[in-house]
Parts: sequence; structure tokens; C-alpha cells
Amino acid sequence: MRAHFETLSADLFSALTGDELLLLGFAGESTDFVRLNHARVRQAGHVDQGVLDLRLVVGRRHASSRFVLTGDADADGARARAVLDELRERVPLLPEDPHLLVNREVSSSEQVSTAQLPEAADAIAAVTRAAEGLDLVGIWASGDIERGFANSLGQGNWFSTRTFHLDWSVYLRDDKATKHGYAGTTWDEGELWSRMDVARERLEILARPARRLSPGEYRAYLAPAAVEEILSMLCWGGFSLKAQHSKRSSLQRLVDGSRSFSPAVSLYEETGMGHTPDFGSFGFRKPARVPLVEEGRHAGALISPRSAQEFGVEGNGASADESPHSLVMAPGDLPRANAAQALGTGLWINNLWYLNFSDRPACRITGMTRFATLWVEDGQVVAPVDVMRFDDSAYDLLGDRLEALTVERDLQLDAGTYGQRSTTSTLLPGALVKGLKLTL
Amino acid sequence: MTTFSALAEGFRSALPAVDFCSLRLSRETHQRLTVRQGVLEPIESWDDRGAMIVVHHGGGAGYAATGDLSPSGIAAAVDQARQWAERTAALSVTDYSAVPMPHPTGEYATPVKARWESLSLADKVALLQELSATLKVDDRIVDWDASLWGIDTETLYVTSGGGRVHQQQHMLIPHLGVAAHADGDTVERSLGGRGYARQQGLELLDTLDLQAQAARIGDQALQLLAAPNCPEMTGHLLLAPDQMMLQIHESIGHPLELDRILGDERNYAGTSFVSLDMFGEYQYGSELLNVTYDPSRTEQLASYGWDDDGVRAERQHVIRDGLLVRPLGSVVSQHRAGMEGVANSRACSWNRPSMDRMANLNVEPGDASFDELVSRVERGVYMESNVSWSIDDSRNKFQFGCEYGRLIEDGQLGPVVRKPNYRGISATFWRSLVGVGDESTHDVLGTPFCGKGEPNQVIRVGHASPACLFADVQIFGGA
Repeated sequence: MRAHFETLSADLFSALTGDELLLLGFAGESTDFVRLNHARVRQAGHVDQGVLDLRLVVGRRHASSRFVLTGDADADGARARAVLDELRERVPLLPEDPHLLVNREVSSSEQVSTAQLPEAADAIAAVTRAAEGLDLVGIWASGDIERGFANSLGQGNWFSTRTFHLDWSVYLRDDKATKHGYAGTTWDEGELWSRMDVARERLEILARPARRLSPGEYRAYLAPAAVEEILSMLCWGGFSLKAQHSKRSSLQRLVDGSRSFSPAVSLYEETGMGHTPDFGSFGFRKPARVPLVEEGRHAGALISPRSAQEFGVEGNGASADESPHSLVMAPGDLPRANAAQALGTGLWINNLWYLNFSDRPACRITGMTRFATLWVEDGQVVAPVDVMRFDDSAYDLLGDRLEALTVERDLQLDAGTYGQRSTTSTLLPGALVKGLKLTL
Repeated sequence: MTTFSALAEGFRSALPAVDFCSLRLSRETHQRLTVRQGVLEPIESWDDRGAMIVVHHGGGAGYAATGDLSPSGIAAAVDQARQWAERTAALSVTDYSAVPMPHPTGEYATPVKARWESLSLADKVALLQELSATLKVDDRIVDWDASLWGIDTETLYVTSGGGRVHQQQHMLIPHLGVAAHADGDTVERSLGGRGYARQQGLELLDTLDLQAQAARIGDQALQLLAAPNCPEMTGHLLLAPDQMMLQIHESIGHPLELDRILGDERNYAGTSFVSLDMFGEYQYGSELLNVTYDPSRTEQLASYGWDDDGVRAERQHVIRDGLLVRPLGSVVSQHRAGMEGVANSRACSWNRPSMDRMANLNVEPGDASFDELVSRVERGVYMESNVSWSIDDSRNKFQFGCEYGRLIEDGQLGPVVRKPNYRGISATFWRSLVGVGDESTHDVLGTPFCGKGEPNQVIRVGHASPACLFADVQIFGGA
């Protein structure tokens, strides 16, 4: 759709008059989705979509509108011109916006990655072969993701990637299951089979009689996927400058200096990893790395152009919700191979689920264990554990109770598909904690 | 509608030779206006339109979604959907050729007294400016915002067997919210826990009296700042409708969705503690519990005439006198499970396939006034407005938090308490229902943000409920 977007952009920019400034955004994808249950196909199909976002700026007034493109040059061109006219009518009716900030220094860019993906139907046939005898459930998504920006000052930015993502679980019975993923740009059926073998090995452990724990505090190893669940709660406004200025950040006490994490905890927004576009809807580019927490202390915030203007600081191109899209945690010094031995006796938690705040200012979080949570004794896995609820403060889990982070980190590409396929990712270690409070 | 009609005729005239084919044309327009701290935020305007094709053929099913609404675009999507049906027929989770897909005809439209456009943009912004000013009752109010979100939807569903259903919905979602801060702590208060989402026009604003609500919300935030944490206890819990909404949604709605029971959601939203053999046998709650799937309450957010598989929507009891009687399952799930369900196959947009969603799910009123419910409590807590929600993947062990609480002692409402939370287990919680409020305690609420499915979909649901009283609940406060 790049050529189509560029043609539409040129046509719209040529129609501007006077001091009109036009910002254009594009988000599109062409995706095969196949949903699986019991290692069979539940729903299979294809989605083609592209959305054009127009924002007309005149002085300090602005208005925007989005619509779905058809892909036909004449139809979309006429529609875009009509929307531009609607915006021209609306802009004078609106008050001046004191928080408007638009990038006026042209900064064009291109991030294009291509790949030779398998036919989705062929990949699904391979998945069902590899999963023979297993109760597999999950989703396959593959195809192109495209994002674009252009403005009438001459700036143009384009991001496109072609990936596949198989996100799946294998169930033994009831809620006893193990969760896995396989994503990337190069499909290797052998890699799929080896990951399926790991799932089969975990099922053997899950077949053992389950351990039912009483509420209390337990030593725990949190695998990177579980660490991601906890950090995802901090992303709910925790790193947002607007939330911090309005005292609504879950990390307010970290920002104020009354609480801290362990010196082992350092967090960054690392757009430079290249998995997500490095430009935003107001034309600002994102730096390769933004420090958020360094050695346990507040180090910075994600600052949208709007917050930069409102609070009189320099922005860093963050999106409007000021949440991370490429969150990275610094590694620790515990080799993952030694994690079970270091845990000794306690919980090995592969995944957490459905977290929320029970006291946001205290950064107290509740949630559930899910999938393969295992009981470890003297460094050896002995039994699966029935699901348990935890309720604990991140200041404690990642503070005094944090014993170690692993040397190795997992790159996790978000399987999310709300509205469109996500380009969010994380790079996180596992975490060994001396106590996790289970409540139910 | 003219374009949709023309496309539908074109679709009908070029049907492929397949067992079943449907076209769902969808258009949805949004405008959301927010005034934060007296400043109009960027207006969100959105015109979303596209087509979803579904094909059943040779036992398989396929779909294709496209924004290309030209005849050739629709034809290409039909071909893609047919190919997917053929490619996956041998691997299908069920024999789709045996699913009795209906071919309905009809019209549905939200009854609206005052449409979104009947108030000018300038007047809507002025109203929000006034509300924003009212919310800021004190310097300790550190953030405050007021918003209006208007949504219009139109769908035309046509099938290869002559079905044709045209539906239009008009929705309004007002919001008021504040954050108050003092001594290192922040509390939040909002209009109904963001639960006033209705299929109505601007007449909803008159019903709600937003100016009075804005003043109350600001004042209650200051009360919360001065209040002690909710004490820890095992006692009675009296829930207002704007928390019952969440309680119904998470611990009745999701576990009764038939696709979850059949395992479709196990990789994402989760499974269910409910199994197929429990329908007609399992005592879900006390005899006071009556729950209906009710698409006929026109002002409720998820009302409609037909679902997205063309099944006529009719009110049904899913729990009657505490007994579990019917799942929330669509025509495909009913076929797979071999049991009756409801008309709840729904998609969030043209770009997603339909699946089982709870739509409107309501607790029916009882016969106790609010004061009578309070008078029955020796020691407990009254809670309003959901702020936190967490439940396990089987929809059993939950923990929920509210914005606002008040102690109840010796049958009297007492002081305000901060950060009230409670936890329980669905399988036993509803059996501890000991009081159900009457119509005077009842409210109609909903949310546009129910997430589920792979690929993911966020959809609108409605929940109407009276105030309800539960015994022996674990209650606690903040850190």
C-alpha cells in the first residue's frame, strides 16, 4: 500500500492552501489468521485493511478524521479530498489547542523488512502434523504489517514488516496446560517440531498429581513471560509523563523518590530494536533508547508531543498513551541453567494471568498463576501446582525480595491483534524472588 | 444504505457454488470529545466500513474481510473465503455443512429521541467545559476530565439463501472522572465506574443529570482522601449496580460462553469451570439468583434484533432460581455442543469473524429496597464503581476492587472507606447471595471494552442489575 499512500499524500498536499498543514498517518495489514482448537481448525480466513488518518492544522487549531481505504486510487482520492473539506469546515469551530505540538523539522525514514513466509495453509498442515496426539489450541497469524506517516512539510516515514506468529497452548486436562510461541520471519518446520517436543516434555510433568498450596509467602522463579505480565502493569501509565504530573502513575512513589526497586532493576524503552515504527502521528521520531528506571531509581518518562508542550519539557516521540512499545530490562548474573538450583524449594512460574492493581499508588498487584506453574524441591521439579492468586507490591517483588535476574533474556513479540496486529515487543530476563504472597 | 443495497444485490447475483455464503456489510462512525482540565483534547473521529464474507463448503469454513467495497473487491473476498473453506475442510473442528445457518429477513433500529447530531459540536464542547469546571471542586483534585462518545452503526447481512437483515444502532457513552491527591496517595472517582454506556441518544444526559453527578464525584473523591482504608473482614458485601456489572460479566457471563466451554478460548481468554453436563443440573447461585440474556431492552448497550449469524435474538433465562439452565452459545456452538443456546454470535467489526459473546446479561430485580438490604447487615461494606478486576482463566477465583465504599454496621450505612476490595470463588460466591434489590435499586449499565478471541476482539456488552447482598465475603483495603 506504500505507493497508494504516497499517491494520496501527494494529491492531498497539492490541495492545501494558505497556512494549512496536513499530517497523514497510515496503518494497514494483509493477514492470514487461522484459529485452532483440539489441533483442528476452528476459524480460518484473511483480513485486508488499511486506514488513512488525516489531521489538518491551521495555526493552533486542528482536527482529524480516519477512514478505511478501499485500495482504489480514484475512490480513495475522492474520499480523502472530501474528508479534507470536512476538516476545513470543522477547524474554525474549535478552540485553539494550547497543547498542540507538531514536528516541523523534516525527518524522513524507512524501515522495511521482507521475508519469504510459507503459505498459511501449508504451515497449518505442518502444525497439525507436529501436534498429532496433542490437544493444541491457539492462533496463527502471518503476512504484511505497514505503518506510514507523511506531512505537507515534506516528511515521509515508512515501516513495513512481514512476519508469522504461532501462539499456542497444549492441554493435558482441565486447566493443566503449557504455553508456547513461535514467531519470526524465517519459517523452519524443524524448529516447530523441537518446540512441540518441549511441550510434550512439560506435559509429562503436568501429568503428575497436582500440588495444592495454602495461602502464604513462597520463594518463586518468574520466567520472562511472567516478568512481562508484572511489567505490563507498570506500563499502564506508570512511565507516562502525563500520569506522573497528574499523580496517577502507578510508579508515583518511585518518581517522588519515596520508594525504589532493587539496584539490579534497569528498564528502557528501546525502539532501536527495530520491531516497531520509530515515528509517531505528529511526525516526531523516537530515540533509539529512553531510560525509564536505572539501578532501581526513576530515570525518565515517555513523553508525547502533547505532554512536552503541556509541561514545557522536551518530548521523546512517545505515543499518546505514553506506554512502552519495546520495553527492555537489563540482564542479571544468574545463568538460567542454574535458576532451579538457586530457587531450591518453591514455585517455578512460567506464566501469570489477568493482573490488575489492588492498590495502584502502592503498586500492589493481584493476578493468577496460569499454564505450567510447577513446584520445585531442592532444585528439582516435582509436581504441577493448582492455580493460585497472588497479591503483592511490585516495589517488594522487584525490590528487597528480588534475589537475581537471569543472564539470558527472552525476546517476546506481542501476539496481540486488537484492531490490528501488534508491533510491540519486550526483551526480559527471568527473576528469582525470595517471597511471593499467595492469597487464594 | 444505497451503496450497501447495491453491493448486496451484486453479491446475490454472483454467488459461488458453495453450501452457504454470507456477506456482512458494516459501517460504524465514532466521535469522541474530551475536555481535560478545561482543555479540549484532540477530537477522535472515525469512519469504519468494510465487508466480511463467510463461506461454508464441503464441511469447512472460511472467511475474508476487506475494505474494498467495489463489486470486484467483494468478489475477490468471496473467492478467498471459499479457498479457506476448501483448504481447511479436512481439518475442521466440526462439520460446518451440518450447521443450520438461518436466512432471516428484518429490520432493527435503536429508538432515539435526540440524536448525536442534534446538538452542535460547539454546544457539546461547551457542555463538557461546564462539567470539567464543576469536577474541580478543590485544589486537591489534580486531574479531571469529562467526555462524550457518540457511535452510530449500520449493518446489512445477506445470505446465499435469501436472508437480508438491516440493523442500525445509536450509542452514547458519557464519562466524568477525577483524581484527588494528598499525602502521597491518589484516589479516583468516576461516573458509574465508566459504566454508563447505553444504546440511546442525548436524552441519556437528561436522565443522568451530569452537573449534579460532577459535583458529587468531586466531593466523594475528597471524602475518599480523608477516609481510612477499608478494614479487613469476612462479612456482608452490598454491591451497587455499577459493581454488579463487573461481577456478572466476569463470573457469570464469561464462564457461560459456550465457545469457552468447548475450549476455543483456552489459549487466550481462558476456559470455564462450567462443563456441558452442568446445564439443567447445577445450582449456580442461591434461589434468589435469576439471570437473563436480554437483547430486547432497547436502551441497553448490546441490544439487537438478530446476531451476526442471522439468528433472531430473544430474551432467555440462563439461570433460573439459581439453577443453571442455558449456555451463551451461538448457532455454531450449539451445533458443536448439541444443546440450545442464545443468539450471541457477534463480531466487533467487519474485520473480525463472529463468535460467542455475552451481549446483554442481566440479574433480574428482587423485592428488597436499598434500606432493607442495609438493615439486614450487622457488619459489612457497601461498594460502588468498579476500578480493578482479576479472575482466573476458569473464571473461578476472583478479586475485584471498587472506587468507593462505606462501612455498614448494625443495619446502618457508616463512614466512607478507601480502596475497598474483595475476593471469592465464583462457584460458591453466587450461592452466598442473600438479598436482591428491587426496581428502585436497579440500573442499566454496560461497557464497550470486553476483550476476547483470536484474533482479538473488543466488543460492547450490557449489564443491568439491582443492588445485591452477599454473605461471608473476604473484604479488605489498600496496602
